Amino acid sequence: MTQANGSLPGIGPVLRTQDLQMRYGRGAGLVRALNGVELEAAAGEAVAVMGPSGSGKSTLLNLLGGLERPSAGEVWLAGNRIDGMSEKELARLRRQSIGFVFQAFHLMDELTAQENVELPALLAGRSPRTARRRAAQLLERVGLDDRAGHLPSAMSGGERQRVAVARALVNEPLIVLADEPTGNLDSAATADVLRLLDGLRAAGQTLVIVTHDARVTAIADRLITMRDGSLVEETRLTRGTVGRLAELTGLEG
Amino acid sequence: MCGVEVRAVDVSGKEPSSGYRLRVVQEVLLALLAKEASYGYQLRAQLQLALGPLADALNAGQVYVTLNRLEKAGLATAERVGQSDRPDRKVYRLTAAGHERVVEWLGDMSWPKAAPTEFHLKLVAAAAAGLANPAHLVDAQRHAVLVELAAAQRAALTEPHGSVAGLLLEGVVLRLQADLTWLDACARHWSSRKEP
Repeated sequence: MTQANGSLPGIGPVLRTQDLQMRYGRGAGLVRALNGVELEAAAGEAVAVMGPSGSGKSTLLNLLGGLERPSAGEVWLAGNRIDGMSEKELARLRRQSIGFVFQAFHLMDELTAQENVELPALLAGRSPRTARRRAAQLLERVGLDDRAGHLPSAMSGGERQRVAVARALVNEPLIVLADEPTGNLDSAATADVLRLLDGLRAAGQTLVIVTHDARVTAIADRLITMRDGSLVEETRLTRGTVGRLAELTGLEG
Repeated sequence: MCGVEVRAVDVSGKEPSSGYRLRVVQEVLLALLAKEASYGYQLRAQLQLALGPLADALNAGQVYVTLNRLEKAGLATAERVGQSDRPDRKVYRLTAAGHERVVEWLGDMSWPKAAPTEFHLKLVAAAAAGLANPAHLVDAQRHAVLVELAAAQRAALTEPHGSVAGLLLEGVVLRLQADLTWLDACARHWSSRKEP
């Protein structure tokens, strides 16, 4: 049971930022990409971050994942402050505790789906046998067990993104960070990926998704809107109701 | 003719019998009167400016008929002003009840079914009257549409591939996405304008 502030009793949020700032350039060329962002994600929570291009969404995700360092402020993951970690520590953290999903999939073209999913497990020190078994389980979970031996070039965009999701999960991360996961997909593939992410959320996986795609709100517990580097609005999305759907479809009204 | 919704708000509860009718004319006129007392001609000109080519959908007498109804309903008062070379004309002013109606309308976040005309006019009227910041109305509307889209997409995800109902839900989702895209354009427009 989560508390009103989105944390678990006695555990606290999985992810938390405090007064996060990101600036590029200096003087007249100074760009404030993030201005004092304070964000929390509770265990098992799916948070969608939306906003126009240039609002700071991707910068925020990069800082949450330790891919960039903030100009000021703090990033905490499972009670550990990560913004001051060494590169080596950050690399280990990214391998073991964070799963990434990108718009462009970022799969290795010369590796099969199975090998792409296995790779992060091997880099994290798992045995080849364990990595193989785990990858096979995950490919089955994303509905691609029959495509395990295919190269990414032989797969559709939706299939490649599902492989990327499987890869993100292979080390059982504390959190999955997704940057425009449906950005390159058609409607049907988007629905497949959203069903997959919704299944992860239902299974207790913590998710932070930055996106332009409002359809992602369907699987989010909370929607955060960014503008000009700041969080400007937060909405807790209610599940289990269809709102004014009947009216929207013209059945009532 | 243009796709403006052909339903009317009628103070008496009866719809006008002919011509194109714009559902929101009543509230728009009230909101425009909230800024200052006006003649019917001035109000009609403001509506035509706001609607552009869609103004053709307005019946020529619609504004005057609606103003008469607003007067009878106690939402506006009318005073005759003499002109030396023409017939008298009426100056309309908003009453307290009319003001209350405008505030209620500005706060109503129900979403039009066919076209964004009502919301467009709401923003124009809100800006003209200085009663609400149009950018804030856009934010509130955007929020309401996002919540609806989340519900529609969630329902769509529960439908199996190839479901006919899923196709309908996809239509709803796509339309709401289009609404959001247009609201983004509204946000850019109204946010870039200086407040009076």
